[in-house]
Amino acid sequence: MSEASKHGPLPFAITLDVGSSLANKTGSWRTEVPAYVDRLPPCNDACPAGENIQQWLHHAEEAGYEAAWRQIMADNPFPAIMGRVCYRPCETACNRATLDEAVGINSVERFLGDEAIKQGWTVPVEAEPTGKQVLVVGAGPSGLAVAYHLTLLGHQVTVRDSCPEAGGMMRYGIPAYRLPRDVVDAEVQRIVDLGVRLELGTTVTDLEVALSSFDAVFLAVGAHVGRRADIPAGDSAHILDAVSVLAGLEEGEQPLLGRRVAVYGGGNTALDVARTARRLGATDAVVVYRRTRDRMPAHDLEVKEALEEGIRMRWLSTIAYAGAGQIKIEKMKLDETGFPQPTGEFEELAADSVVLALGQLSDLTLVENLEDVTIADGVVQVGKDLMTGHPGLFAGGDMVPSDRTVTVAIGHGKKAARSIDAWLRGTADERAARHELATYDRLNTWYYADAPATVRPRLDLARRITTFDEVTGGLDASTALFEARRCLSCGNCLECDNCFSVCPDNAVIKLGQGRYEIDLDFCKGCGLCAAECPSGAIEMFPERL
Amino acid sequence: MTQQRVRFYQIGSYAAGNRLLDPDQGSVQADAQRTNSLNSGHRACQGCGEALGARYALDAVMRATGNQMVAVNATGCLEVFSTPYPETAWQVPWLHSLFGNAPAVATGVAAALKAKGRTGVRVVGQGGDGGTVDIGLACLSGMFERNDDVLYICYDNGGYMNTGVQRSGATPHAAATTTTPAVGPEPGNNFGQGKSLPLIAMAHRIPYVATATVADLRDLEYKAKRAMEFRGARYLHVLVPCPLGWRTASNQTIQIARLATETGIFPVFEAEDGEVVGVSKIRRRRPVSDYLEPQGRYAHLFGAAPREDVIARIQAEADRNVRSFGLVDPRCRSMEG
Repeated sequence: MSEASKHGPLPFAITLDVGSSLANKTGSWRTEVPAYVDRLPPCNDACPAGENIQQWLHHAEEAGYEAAWRQIMADNPFPAIMGRVCYRPCETACNRATLDEAVGINSVERFLGDEAIKQGWTVPVEAEPTGKQVLVVGAGPSGLAVAYHLTLLGHQVTVRDSCPEAGGMMRYGIPAYRLPRDVVDAEVQRIVDLGVRLELGTTVTDLEVALSSFDAVFLAVGAHVGRRADIPAGDSAHILDAVSVLAGLEEGEQPLLGRRVAVYGGGNTALDVARTARRLGATDAVVVYRRTRDRMPAHDLEVKEALEEGIRMRWLSTIAYAGAGQIKIEKMKLDETGFPQPTGEFEELAADSVVLALGQLSDLTLVENLEDVTIADGVVQVGKDLMTGHPGLFAGGDMVPSDRTVTVAIGHGKKAARSIDAWLRGTADERAARHELATYDRLNTWYYADAPATVRPRLDLARRITTFDEVTGGLDASTALFEARRCLSCGNCLECDNCFSVCPDNAVIKLGQGRYEIDLDFCKGCGLCAAECPSGAIEMFPERL
Repeated sequence: MTQQRVRFYQIGSYAAGNRLLDPDQGSVQADAQRTNSLNSGHRACQGCGEALGARYALDAVMRATGNQMVAVNATGCLEVFSTPYPETAWQVPWLHSLFGNAPAVATGVAAALKAKGRTGVRVVGQGGDGGTVDIGLACLSGMFERNDDVLYICYDNGGYMNTGVQRSGATPHAAATTTTPAVGPEPGNNFGQGKSLPLIAMAHRIPYVATATVADLRDLEYKAKRAMEFRGARYLHVLVPCPLGWRTASNQTIQIARLATETGIFPVFEAEDGEVVGVSKIRRRRPVSDYLEPQGRYAHLFGAAPREDVIARIQAEADRNVRSFGLVDPRCRSMEG
């Protein structure tokens, strides 16, 4: 009985106390219910090294550079190297490219990697020692990555490499103007400092012995043998191979290329060697390639930079004969299938030397005598866990079937480490199911203002073609922050408070620290929160009746 | 631009707030301590634009006045769905009298507060477009003309919605309502009729007149706050899409309001002393059909026998808005679609 009615016979309509609308649980109207979801950002999906890019950008956005760096290090021990040489599949996949320009993920990664070197950040080994011994053959990106991850998991790792210095193709393949050696030194040293035993100048020749003295072996010998082509050549023709030229340069040799250099091939190595020749004083460096630019395996950015540096391209051409001081080129045309066919038209081209960059092969003599290891197409066949047919013998990087990039190799290192760890412990490597992809159509891009990407500074051309100084500069703290904040946070809540604001029923509760909750007592299921979520992190599900 | 936007978070965002912002840079709605003037449990339809607009506006006024505010409500959806006796969804002092007299009652409240020396308490009158442009127009014009110290807010959903979607003086041309059905050679609401109350208010030369929509929260909050910086009669006209009357999906309320501004159908501006002083530029201009087609009240203009002629007349109205208010920045993207 209400207060008013105690005071005598008042008319009914004013006998009730004022009540709150909260008594009316409008949640019962609902046929659909919103829920916060996490979708897989396209950058993460595309990263061969399995980085959680969006998460580290999230840290970087609030200038949490160390936290961001640690997030990268969970998957990839080479942020400063990656930030220079990765071919950025993440940026190709980035949803922001559809809006204006892709987020400069790679440039932020480089900033973080350089910052870590400057600040001396390290990663602690927290796992208990397992007492297990693992041998890694090859100190390239996949070998070092596997060593890094296994060390963090508590295993004792020994890395052997026949070269005098560690880094593999990062040191002996990629020219210094793309990847300065002090960066390689710093990131390799950080891994060694974790307790990895690095035995350089040591060639593993007997795998049987190694397999018996270690609990597991990871092979990462790379692909360091230049593919040869049978080019009819005169006695005085000067023919070299690209891998040897690049590796020799690293070991202090000055290859005698002459002033006019013809490079044969269309991959990144061809461009690397042509650009290197230019820096060594060649006035004319020509890349001879049998197909067209759009069919060239080299990455577009490298082609662009090479052209800027005055490298000439001879598309649709093969070398028919190499003589002294000149070569004979045959023009090609593409048939319906896109395959080049000879035309019978020839042309002379002045060239003091010919460098072959026709691809690289792996030296697999180490596994030739192991019966249970399968070799096909010049590479070692492995399972999904990167184990060869031989129990306890794993392989990764350029010597297994894959795209031959540093990033893929690093991804192999991480994957192999998990498999090896599981194998050593006798457990299964359980991987969480992948979330649904956060595609562009899931976003409400209205809420993102236009913001063009930050351009990285670049060395002026005169210095580029005369020195091996690094071509591309890095971002500074303010531009890195700007670039990180261009991230759209696809598929994951970015804490914009839109859902909390647009609900006509106040049925979104803001819990703080980036957490929200739907108040199901009052949510009518209108779907405005989901429609107005910029990042597509809310989904409507049918209500169970 | 009417205001300097916060150009920080996630590189310049149009969202309500962000984890990277200082709390005082966020919108009122992003504040977990906002008033929630209109509380949960109200009986507005799913996705109601008016419920959203009223909370946006009154929460902003509450912050601007330090919670010293009284609201006077005309009859209409907003009153009916918020106060079924004996419940109320209002968490602010709130008063309802009749359909047509809200501006006069608000004037009275302001006069009473002045008599008591409590001029620090501010008065807001509010109603739908029916109560404002039709039934309450005489009282409102009087309130403007006397320059009474009241902010009057009209939540415009273009019709009498809770009584069954009848036409009002704010119903747009060609829109179908139950009293302007989509029949005959000129289906829907007549061209040449209806009125723009923001322009009528400006003609009174009152200190402040502004328009806003639920699609631009920051702008709406700015205008509610700006209005409280003046004394005298002020008028705020807020476009609030109605899923029921406009026959749109409940999750499209904000998107439809956005399209109303991006097509030029609904110009967003502010005026002081009868002169336009600020205009929200169109960001990505769209043809009016993008706005019309998702709405069931314009369904008769599309389909098997589309009425290109009628759509062209509506486009011409939008083009006139763009011209007369200068809605397009020369640097703006061209019309898409």
